[in-house]
Amino acid sequence: MAVLTYRDALTQALREELQRDDRVFLMGEEVAQYNGAYKVSKGLLDEFGPMRIVDTPITELGFAGVGVGAAMVGLRPIVEFMTWNFALLALDEVVNAAAKILYMSGGQYKMPMVFRGPNGAALQLSAQHSQAWESWLAHIPGLKVCTPGTPADAKGLLKSAIRDDNPVVFLEGEMLYNVKGEVPEGEHIVPIGVAELKREGDHCSVITHGKMVLVAMKVADDLAKEGINIDVVDLRTVRPIDVDAISRSVQKTNRAVVLEEGWEICGMGSQVVDFIQRECFDDLDAPVLRVHQEDVPMPYAKNLERAAKPDAGKTIAAIKKVMYLD
Amino acid sequence: MATKVVMEALSPTMEEGRLVKWNKNEGDQIKSGDVLAEVETDKAVMELVARGDGVLRKRLTNEGDASPVGTLIAVIAGPDENIDSIVGSAGGASAPAAVPPQPAQAAQGSQAGSAPSEAPAPPQQKAPTQAPSAPSRPAPSAPPAPPRQPSAPPTPPRGNGASRPAPAGGGRQRSSPLARRLASEKGIQLGAIQGTGPGGRIVKRDIENAKAAGVAAARSAAADRLATEGDFKDVPLTQIRKTIARRLAESNGPVPTFFLTAEFDATRAAELRTQLTEMGEEYKVSFNDIVIRAVALALAEHPEVNAHWLGDKIRHFNRIHVAMAVAVEDGLITPVLFDADRMTLWDISGKARDLAKRARERKLLPEEYTGSTFSVSNLGMFGIDQFTAIINPPEAGILAIGGVEEKPIVADGQLEVRQRMRVTMSCDHRVIDGATGAKFLQTVRRYIENPLALII
Repeated sequence: MAVLTYRDALTQALREELQRDDRVFLMGEEVAQYNGAYKVSKGLLDEFGPMRIVDTPITELGFAGVGVGAAMVGLRPIVEFMTWNFALLALDEVVNAAAKILYMSGGQYKMPMVFRGPNGAALQLSAQHSQAWESWLAHIPGLKVCTPGTPADAKGLLKSAIRDDNPVVFLEGEMLYNVKGEVPEGEHIVPIGVAELKREGDHCSVITHGKMVLVAMKVADDLAKEGINIDVVDLRTVRPIDVDAISRSVQKTNRAVVLEEGWEICGMGSQVVDFIQRECFDDLDAPVLRVHQEDVPMPYAKNLERAAKPDAGKTIAAIKKVMYLD
Repeated sequence: MATKVVMEALSPTMEEGRLVKWNKNEGDQIKSGDVLAEVETDKAVMELVARGDGVLRKRLTNEGDASPVGTLIAVIAGPDENIDSIVGSAGGASAPAAVPPQPAQAAQGSQAGSAPSEAPAPPQQKAPTQAPSAPSRPAPSAPPAPPRQPSAPPTPPRGNGASRPAPAGGGRQRSSPLARRLASEKGIQLGAIQGTGPGGRIVKRDIENAKAAGVAAARSAAADRLATEGDFKDVPLTQIRKTIARRLAESNGPVPTFFLTAEFDATRAAELRTQLTEMGEEYKVSFNDIVIRAVALALAEHPEVNAHWLGDKIRHFNRIHVAMAVAVEDGLITPVLFDADRMTLWDISGKARDLAKRARERKLLPEEYTGSTFSVSNLGMFGIDQFTAIINPPEAGILAIGGVEEKPIVADGQLEVRQRMRVTMSCDHRVIDGATGAKFLQTVRRYIENPLALII
């Protein structure tokens, strides 16, 4: 199997879907001439031309709205936001238009479109550009939200997202673009709403998604040396959430830590913990703990930024606590 | 803190209770556990006991009046405590609608009550195996809730060490949901376990350790005999079996026991015994030997009684190892007659005599008193007509044998004097249902009443 970067896996998915269906087109800031701010659309302008790889002005609300209109008349737009921090400007189109049109038109208008771009903190981009938005977006009925953590899932989920007739929010990781992994060639589809057990263990379940999957895998490696074996449940999509996968794991291990990149209050972990307490109450041997960004705007200073982010050390501490080992 | 006294559900089906008689007057000093009043339920007159200490400040129901379950009927509080808001919320003696339903009341009472007060029965149902000092029989599914013990706080703090904070919530024993479930499934009483989690919380590993310790103590070389493949059949638990096990254990402690009593005609057995004795010392057998032989042969026909409850399954044994309770100086011990169904009456007699003698001399080996599949306890020689014996887990039954005595009975319209023997079988309802136990006793009866079958 080919080893690709997360970036190249996304490019491959875009290219294959652009080839497969000529209603698919990509638009966003710098996606064409500049090959994308993060080079995800590298080479696509040359291959598909300016009608399908479209540079836009710096007008997030405007081009998101153009995308909604295009989807209403039968095209399958992919709208790239340079980062989801900028997409706040476009949320009216995402939340009030894309997510609602099928419902408010009584089913007359489908909304086969994808909003994609990097999400969450990179390194020292400070408070306004280091935010994880998945809990905001997963809150909205009418949207689907994908958070791939590996190159293979990035490709498989993006292909599913483009083929979906509903608006799909696709959250990539700025720090993930260079991560390498095996990616199946050609028709590799990861269904939306299906989690994957990325590591199997009996002692504790770590439930996570997106960029934190890598952290969880490192935690699994580190703890294995101490004889602690954990389940790593990669949700892969945070709306819909694969509750069965969570339950299966927690019913086996009897304890859980929920790891996410964003803030604590009303974070994705809150929802996961709610599912666990409802589905697995009699299986729990300890309260479920959460690991997340500290409840502050992301600091710029390197040491403070590191302290604010969720990481392997915090996750290990939480796991030991739910195992009553601390 | 004030304690609300509510009309409690004193029978499983009680919806309202009539206050027959107040045993305490306003102004009386009350200790938790005191009988406040007598209440007529749909089944019987029961005692309503105090759940907190203080002074009986206010009675809100008159003798003779009926109140729905959950109605506030009295307030216990400090002598000077302001109880206006509590009394006001009751809206008068016969306005129960203003009061929340009982479970909520009970929970409040528990929080408000002083240390020894336990939440009344319904909340306890969720945690069926609380500390032994806290009466854990839930009233709704058991007959009369016994008066609560007024002594000692319900649960001693289960802290692991001095640094552990005492459990909050008035001494409630903490346990994880999983620990409670496992304890219930394995028939382990949480009260007997020291929790090692934060604040003394009982967690999974505590249950596992308790189980390992308990089971290890009960097992020995003899247990290996039981584990031999092919000597037993494991029966997976069906849904109905699981439900029966869970519900009955909630109702009646970890081993939900019921009792079947039968009176056998032992005239022929007595004649046989006399004849054998006349034949000489080497032929002599006791009633106990006869019963053990009869039980062993009956067990062979009823493997569902010759069984162990293992928590997640029931094990039916093909081999029959009957334990017999022997009184020793400071207690009792249960030596085992292994493969009792394959022993002749005289084998049993000789072996039983040897075991009993060595038991009294404290010379039994551990493998001689463990590994049984069923037990028999006989107090007939002490002049006991009838009694109930306690099941020895994980066994599913024990047969208690009373003395053989002459009694008048009516047979075919004629009064006759016959030798009669009363036996009572204690059955673990998770394993044995009433009809199953009854059929087993029918077989035992057949052997006892036709004792020739025991020597051929």
